[in-house]
Amino acid sequence: MLTDIKNDNGTAVAVLKGEIDHHNAKSLRTELDHYIVTVQPERFAIDFGGITFMDSSGIGLIMGRSKLMKECGGSLEIRNAQPYIKRVLRLAGVERIVKVM
Amino acid sequence: MEVLNSIKFTMPSLSVNESTARAVVSSFLIQCDPTVEELSDIRTAVSEAVTNAVVHAYRGTTGDIELTVRLLRNREIYIRVKDKGCGISDIEQAMQPLFTTAPEEERSGLGFSVMESFMDRLSVRSVTGRGTTVIMRKRLSGNGK
Repeated sequence: MLTDIKNDNGTAVAVLKGEIDHHNAKSLRTELDHYIVTVQPERFAIDFGGITFMDSSGIGLIMGRSKLMKECGGSLEIRNAQPYIKRVLRLAGVERIVKVM
Repeated sequence: MEVLNSIKFTMPSLSVNESTARAVVSSFLIQCDPTVEELSDIRTAVSEAVTNAVVHAYRGTTGDIELTVRLLRNREIYIRVKDKGCGISDIEQAMQPLFTTAPEEERSGLGFSVMESFMDRLSVRSVTGRGTTVIMRKRLSGNGK
């Protein structure tokens, strides 16, 4: 799921691959939270370019990480979400809370 | 309801079977030649319904989830997800966007909203202590192969 965390001009970018559902969201959440709490990046991005499926479990994942980033004094953005995933994000109103690029 | 083809599939309420259910539905729908968007919509709706059964119906236990997919006339897809879990005491409340009984698991409370948005029709029947049945329908575009 989490294939890499790279630095892009000061933004830590978590690169994901595969499908996000309830089953695998939990382990992904643990990995992302570990990085955020340990490194405390000012800007954190999740790259959805390699995600081929996402249901509302992904919304919980994004909103939870957004909350954690705010608690750590940083911000979260979503990158490279495919149109289908953007539909799910729009339905949940995620774009009002998290920057979606 | 004239049924042209159908499958019935029963699986234990293990979270790993959320993707199994999606795979089964995708395989069955290949014969209908859906668009990428239609297939994504149906896969997502099925994933939400099955996840509800895993997370809520059989919370702390395991039971069977029955998935039925039917191809009807005029390229209409009928999907039923049935469990024999705890049931929903207040369906209207459960279907409210953002309502969840599992915030600690970061459940967004959007499962039914996604099903409603991505499918043409959604009905939910439930009896407390006996289980829940979710029925969804969606008409595919085009004429198929």
